[in-house]
This record gives sequence, C-alpha cells and structure tokens, in this order.
Amino acid sequence: MSMIRSIFILLLFQLTGEALRTVSHTSIPGPVIGMILLAAFYIVRRREPSPALQHAADGLLSRMGLLFVPAGVGIVANLALLRSTWLPISAALIGSTFITLITTAWIMHRFGRRAFIQPEGL
Amino acid sequence: MNWTTLPHTLSPGIVPLFAIVLTLGAYLFGVELEKRLRSPLANPVLIAIVLIGVTLRLLHLSYQDYFTGAQFIHFLLGPATVALAIPMVRALEHMRRAFWPMLSALLAGSLIGLVSGYAIVRLLGGSQEVALSMAPKSLTTPIAIAVSASIGGIPSLSAVLAILGGILVAISIDPVLRWLKMDEPSAKGLAAGTAGSGLGASRVIPQHTLSAAFAGVAIGANGILTAVLAPIVVPLLKHW
Repeated sequence: MSMIRSIFILLLFQLTGEALRTVSHTSIPGPVIGMILLAAFYIVRRREPSPALQHAADGLLSRMGLLFVPAGVGIVANLALLRSTWLPISAALIGSTFITLITTAWIMHRFGRRAFIQPEGL
Repeated sequence: MNWTTLPHTLSPGIVPLFAIVLTLGAYLFGVELEKRLRSPLANPVLIAIVLIGVTLRLLHLSYQDYFTGAQFIHFLLGPATVALAIPMVRALEHMRRAFWPMLSALLAGSLIGLVSGYAIVRLLGGSQEVALSMAPKSLTTPIAIAVSASIGGIPSLSAVLAILGGILVAISIDPVLRWLKMDEPSAKGLAAGTAGSGLGASRVIPQHTLSAAFAGVAIGANGILTAVLAPIVVPLLKHW
C-alpha cells in the first residue's frame, strides 16, 4: 500500500502543478511547479517525507537518465535542423555549456563550501 | 513479406511493446558498456539514443511509431521531477546555510548561459534565429521550448539543443570538475542542474543526496530565472 500511496502523492502534486500552470498561463512546466509545492509542503509542516516516499523517490531518481531516452531519440528525427549551420551551433553549445558549468560550480565551490565548514556562518 | 516491416505485420499492438523493450534493452546495454569501458564518453543515455535511432531506421519505424510505446517511459519524467523535492527537503539545512552563494551561482549561471550561447553563435556568423534558439539551451526542455518561442527562436531547435547540452554535461561533469578540483557534491549538483538541467543532473543525482538536492533547486530555479531574465536581456543582445 505504501508504494501506491507514494505514487499517488507524486502524481497528485504533478497534477496540481499542471492545473496551476494551465490556470496561470506560465511557461513553467507542471512537474516543476509540483516539485516546488511538494518541497514547500514538507518545509511548512516541518516534517520528513515518509521512508516509503523517500524510497520511491530514490527509485525514480537513481536511473533518471533512462527517462530521457525517448525524448532524446527525437533528436534523430530533427538532425536536419543542425546540419545547416553546424559550426556556430556546435561551438556555441560546447563553449556556452562549459562556461555555464564552470562558473556555477566555481561560485558554489568558492563561497558555498565555507557554509558547510563553518555552520554558524560569519 | 518484407522483413523491414516485420513489427507492423506481426500485429499492430506489438509496436508499443517493442518500443519499451527496445528502450530498456538499449539503456541496459549502455549501462553495461559504461561499466566495462569506464569512460565517461560511454554514456548510457547517448548509447541508448544511438542504438534506438539506428534500429528504428533499419526497421523503417517512425519516431511516432516508437513513441506509442516509449511515451510510457517518458511519462515517468513528470513524477521523477516532482520527486526531486524529497532530496531537497532532506538537505534543507545545508541549503539554508549556503543560501547566498547558491543564489549568486544560480544567477550567474543563468545569465552566462543565456548570453554566451547567443554571443558565440553570432560571433561565428550564425543567424539571429539560431542564436535565439541557442540562448535557452541550458533549461529543462519544456521551459526551453517556451522561452525560445517567446524570444523569437525556433522551438524545436531549442529542444534538440537542450537535450544535446544535457548529454554534454552528463558526459563531462565528472572529469571536468575533478580536474578543476571543484567536485564536491553541492557545487556539482548545482552546476549540473544549471548547465544541463535534468538530463545533465541525472549523472550526479545518484552520487550524493546533496548533489540531488542542489540539482533539483538548480533545474527549477534556472528555468524560472531565465524565463524572467530572457525577455529583459534578449532585446539588449539584439541591439549589440
């Protein structure tokens, strides 16, 4: 029963997210709104998610890559789009992705690590 | 009977089942190959996509045929995204402590991702339309499509770029951050989610609860920040 309850909770929050998205006409996807709502729910109620829900979440997240495969296969159908201007596209994709990755990691590494070493802050 | 139309000939209901078995099989093969080769280049998602692409072409199955079955795996992305709230709640104390560094890193990553993607395409002579499609490439695919449409890009190109960027992050994040000695779980999760959204983060999420927590925040926050920033920043970029 606990697994069904976990699936129910995740889908219920996703559904609420989708409903809010439709009503508010935002471009933020329903699952992302659902994620924010579920986190807010536990934060406001100051409770830990049940072990069953933690288990279900771990199950879904431990091999999340698999879930992107169907969408990824779609790029094969769209490769013609890339062929026309492949040089600026591949240079920008690789260059911009690395700049973004390294900047974000650097700021978090440089300033965020202190927060974990010194729990009281400054 | 032509063997290339075999799945259709056998029974129409077999195609969706075939698509699911093919997806799971190709992914398991990718995981196995990754274990054997121990190279980040042997990424299970990339291997599965290539294997399935080739198989579909050989069997003359269209992407629509494939998706009749693959949609059931695709569907799980929704609850999996919601489930990212769980590691976030578990790591709440860590996030409180690192709130300002986290927010600065997110803002910088969001802005730099948007501007650098646009700028590099333009500098190398790409069209404005392609540059605008590149701008939201770090976002989770549905937001990338929406932002692309709102700023004048080609939404389907943005979707392709978001997925390719995610694969690139999944492949490169471990060696790059290890090489730069920045590979602690919080920085890794935040960077993976900001630069490569869910697909990029799928690599680091199983490694550590903190990685999963910060990746979840980054996927949501970068999507929201960029959706807000893009309409302000993009007109300035077009001027320049």
